[in-house]
Amino acid sequence: MSLLCQAPTALVGWPPWLEASVQHASQFWMANMYSKGTKRKFSDSVDVATDNKAVLYSRQRQSLLDMSLIKLQLCHMLVEPNMCRSVLIANTVRHIQEEMTHDGSWQLVTEAFSGSGPSDHLVATEVLCRSSVLEQQDGGPKLYSVMGYDSCHEEEVVTDEGLCSVAVGDGAPALLGTIDHCWDRAVEDRVIKDSGSEVKDGTRSWEGAKTVMGQVFGTFEIKNGAPGSDPALEELFSAVDASYYDLDTILTDIQSTPKMGPYNLLDSMTSSHGPTSNSSCRTDLNELDHIMEIIVGS
Amino acid sequence: MAGVAGGNDFQWCFSQVKGAIDEDVAEADIISTVEFNHSGELLATGDKGGRVVIFQHEQECKNRPHLRGEYNVYSTFQSHEPEFDYLKSLEIEEKINKIRWLPQQNSAHFLLSTNDKTIKLWKIGERDKRAEGYNLKDEDGRLRDPFRITSLRVPVLMPMDLMVEASPRRVFANAHTYHINSISVNSDHQTYLSADDLRINLWHLEITDRSFNIVDIKPANMEELTEVITAAECHPNQCNVFVYSSSKGTIRLCDMRTAALCDRHTKFFEEPEDPSSRSFFSEIISSISDVKFSHSGRYMMTRDYLSVKVWDLNMENRPVETYQVHEYLRSKLCSLYENDCIFDKFECCWNGSDSAIMTGSYNNFFRMFDRNTRKDITLEASRESSKPRATLKPRKVSTGGKRKKDEISVDSLDFNKKILHTAWHPKENVIAVAATNNLYIFQDKIN
Repeated sequence: MSLLCQAPTALVGWPPWLEASVQHASQFWMANMYSKGTKRKFSDSVDVATDNKAVLYSRQRQSLLDMSLIKLQLCHMLVEPNMCRSVLIANTVRHIQEEMTHDGSWQLVTEAFSGSGPSDHLVATEVLCRSSVLEQQDGGPKLYSVMGYDSCHEEEVVTDEGLCSVAVGDGAPALLGTIDHCWDRAVEDRVIKDSGSEVKDGTRSWEGAKTVMGQVFGTFEIKNGAPGSDPALEELFSAVDASYYDLDTILTDIQSTPKMGPYNLLDSMTSSHGPTSNSSCRTDLNELDHIMEIIVGS
Repeated sequence: MAGVAGGNDFQWCFSQVKGAIDEDVAEADIISTVEFNHSGELLATGDKGGRVVIFQHEQECKNRPHLRGEYNVYSTFQSHEPEFDYLKSLEIEEKINKIRWLPQQNSAHFLLSTNDKTIKLWKIGERDKRAEGYNLKDEDGRLRDPFRITSLRVPVLMPMDLMVEASPRRVFANAHTYHINSISVNSDHQTYLSADDLRINLWHLEITDRSFNIVDIKPANMEELTEVITAAECHPNQCNVFVYSSSKGTIRLCDMRTAALCDRHTKFFEEPEDPSSRSFFSEIISSISDVKFSHSGRYMMTRDYLSVKVWDLNMENRPVETYQVHEYLRSKLCSLYENDCIFDKFECCWNGSDSAIMTGSYNNFFRMFDRNTRKDITLEASRESSKPRATLKPRKVSTGGKRKKDEISVDSLDFNKKILHTAWHPKENVIAVAATNNLYIFQDKIN
């Protein structure tokens, strides 16, 4: 059971604004990836049994977060996907993020993240490969069987064989049942007893988290809506319904296979307008960097 | 009306099944909505291919009165075609999301059918006579030379083979930015409402070029979007009252007399969350997939992922009855989240006397609950138990370690076989159950 380590075809050839927004979310993933290793350092002094539960819980939570972000981003895009589903998944992501902030994991996340920032390449590929890498490292429990991305249809994500008749598994032990059971127990039993020093940092990082989350969803808004955007552009698109650029269309629209839609039009327009529109995208990135600096307290 | 389960001599038996037997199911044949009309004489189904098929209940045979009549195809028509939204570069599916019948006012039947964006009013009429003996044209339709006509005659109506014609009478388009999930005909028989993810519109059946927006929950800043409308329905008696449910498990009852825009609810129904069962999936499984008023108008029923709840309209803080549909899935929520089954939208329905409710589950199981006796039963819609008038055997899912004979374990359930759409005849114990591309009709045994 290993995830395919190639980028799904739908990730290739994105318009730049979309790539930027995915990078924000992906950076969040990357940051969380590092949290697994760092968390262990703090649990040395805690009782081993509770430590195991906490680690298990945090790992499950991490997997749920990854799963949710992948679901949000990889939608097959011939038809507008279900908004209810997208909203529920987004709420789950927020919920996890809030919890991670409160128990201090988010603080660790941002610290780990501050050093590196691969903002220039698609990190989704790395996330897809992450699981297999970590499995080799710590042989953690496998929460997925196989994720097939051949036609980028989420429905082809398979769980353990018993649960779905579309089984593509290779007979690996189905731990899903146990994990699910542990999941709910872990919610009840989990220990959020990180050291006190993290609590006050936690508040600061929560502010940062909210802003970052806002950035993640905010950058989904097209350049048109950013403050100080090119007035010529605005005039050009004044007749267009602004709701088009709203989160709903972006959230549901995220992985359009590149068609000649208005997004492409916008790109071809802005390229002739020079750096103006690019700068608003850059502004968003700069703002994020700025916020990260605040969080890290440099 | 008799109860659903146990009960003296009361049993459900197979009546008919419609649809292909093939293992390979064509996507377009998947049934997406099922609805009886107000008399129960007609049964309409809509599918993913945009087609509507209407079945009619045949009169019982006079020779064999103990056999209830069957439902046979009455009319088939293409209601919606796939469209392309050029602005967003996205397809608009032709899948029929809902069908609602209008109360019958003359010999013709009217229904509303909707896909994600457009609602259509269809007239289904019968023609069994043809006029013959026109003066100006021949029997085969060719025009006659007026100078050749030497005498006049009165055309005579001659019987012909029954022809059922479906024609679109109104098209209500361009009023919804988001996907329509519900339509509901008002008790005034003049208006109806349509609901999408964020807005509800009120239409007049005669007017297609405008509609009133009566609910709008779209936030000014879409980043703050956390809740969507999942279903809406008009009250069966009070034409000023309607309800809508949300993805957060709440139901709002609104009175259209209070304001033009009913953003402020009159009543707010929500059950406080049980803190002991809180998990990351709590919100998702609390999302309401269907809301239905009882025929009496005193109660309403909501379906969330694991349960069905009956609410008294006079009590907002909790439901009066809760029925667990498939509680054994609670420990599988993570897997069901991964394979997206957790987002399946199950519907629910009342029987004619409001004494029983029915809803679907996985593995082609469906459940019925008797509100009076508190008994419940699980039945399966399968080809194996499809012998004429064969009694349906109750099914059971084993939850513990030991699996008894005839029980099925949770891990063996087929999550691709889901029963999302069911309908109960308004007057009799006849039910229609949509299992993917097959429509099963069951009825009670007449002894």
